[in-house]
Amino acid sequence: MTATLDAPSAAPVIPSFDVTLKVRRYLPGDDGTGEPYWDEFTVRAHGTDRVLDALHKVKWEEDGSLTFRRSCAHGVCGSDAMRINGRNRLACKTLLKDLDIKKPIIVEPIKGLPVIKDLVVDMEPFFASYREIMPFLITTGNEPTKERLQSAEQRARFDDTTKCILCAACTSSCPVFWTDGQYFGPAAIVNAHRFIFDSRDEGAAQRLEILNDKEGVWRCRTTFNCTEACPRGIEVTKAIQEVKRAMITRAF
Amino acid sequence: MSAIADPKAPRAPRARPSRLTTRGNTELYGWVFMRASGVILLVLIFGHLFVNLVAGDGVKAIDFGFVAGKWASPFWQVWDLLMLWLAMIHGTNGVRTIVNDYAERDGLRLALKVLLYLAFMVVVVLGTLVIFTFDPCPTDAPAALLPSFCTA
Repeated sequence: MTATLDAPSAAPVIPSFDVTLKVRRYLPGDDGTGEPYWDEFTVRAHGTDRVLDALHKVKWEEDGSLTFRRSCAHGVCGSDAMRINGRNRLACKTLLKDLDIKKPIIVEPIKGLPVIKDLVVDMEPFFASYREIMPFLITTGNEPTKERLQSAEQRARFDDTTKCILCAACTSSCPVFWTDGQYFGPAAIVNAHRFIFDSRDEGAAQRLEILNDKEGVWRCRTTFNCTEACPRGIEVTKAIQEVKRAMITRAF
Repeated sequence: MSAIADPKAPRAPRARPSRLTTRGNTELYGWVFMRASGVILLVLIFGHLFVNLVAGDGVKAIDFGFVAGKWASPFWQVWDLLMLWLAMIHGTNGVRTIVNDYAERDGLRLALKVLLYLAFMVVVVLGTLVIFTFDPCPTDAPAALLPSFCTA
């Protein structure tokens, strides 16, 4: 059917509604101290808006000092992971209509990482663990003159863990990580899994050695918080268990 | 001194992660042990419960003579010793991981673990001693309370 100008068919009207955001704010002074506090904003949101749109509206129209990270705003860059109504999610993938808008929507920074300001946390401990598992292809011998070939089955083996966008939603949902932040965390293990089970990679033994640590995979208690938090639907806990299994078959 | 740094100034190199590497197979063996001992304990404990509480006269049969009779046989000595050790190591390791997961302060963690290992030592040493040095036929006890093989 071609679009016609003269017949504006009655598209269903999407209702707008008022939504209240209860945001955890934090602004340290020059001496680095300050108390976090709660701030409430009520904005008019369109029926198709996401939490990120509401946050934008607050920042652009009400309080420009509200600080949060976002980059692509479409669930790919992984910048805007935050704790919304007690669950880690991406603000840009959480529709307001899916939340209970009768009550204030609680927005907090992700847990377990030091807060810099408002919803912005220091991601460095997270990325330090990521770097430690060597997230790059490790090979031996001469570089081939063409691509390193791989069958569809070999690719499917680690397909799930290639989807990670390093948003830290999983790691900051993990109760073991909250305790002391020493645990490698699900995200680092997922990205190790991506290379350990890659047929082209030859660094599996090294990576298993790194993760066979007191703070490595053995601290996982399989609470499945990470699997539930992952905005990309990665079966994180399953990946961690597969790494454990690889270690056990290697040791015995 | 202002804490706000010049954003264009070169950043100081990051310190290496403060985590000391604690690599090794210890946690791996611990993890495997928990699974293996768990399966064995299922058999041992339910076997123990069945023999003591269900088989024969059931729970009414338990008295000094019953326990003494059991511990006179090497089979039940080994059974109970295995149950004691596996349960204690399994339980202690489980509580150790819980302490590691929940005790945030270093001092508290250390204190809890010292207490835990102390309790472990006391129970295991005492239990092992009892199983091996147990006298089923103490002298000058009424014969009715003793197992049938005691001939005073």
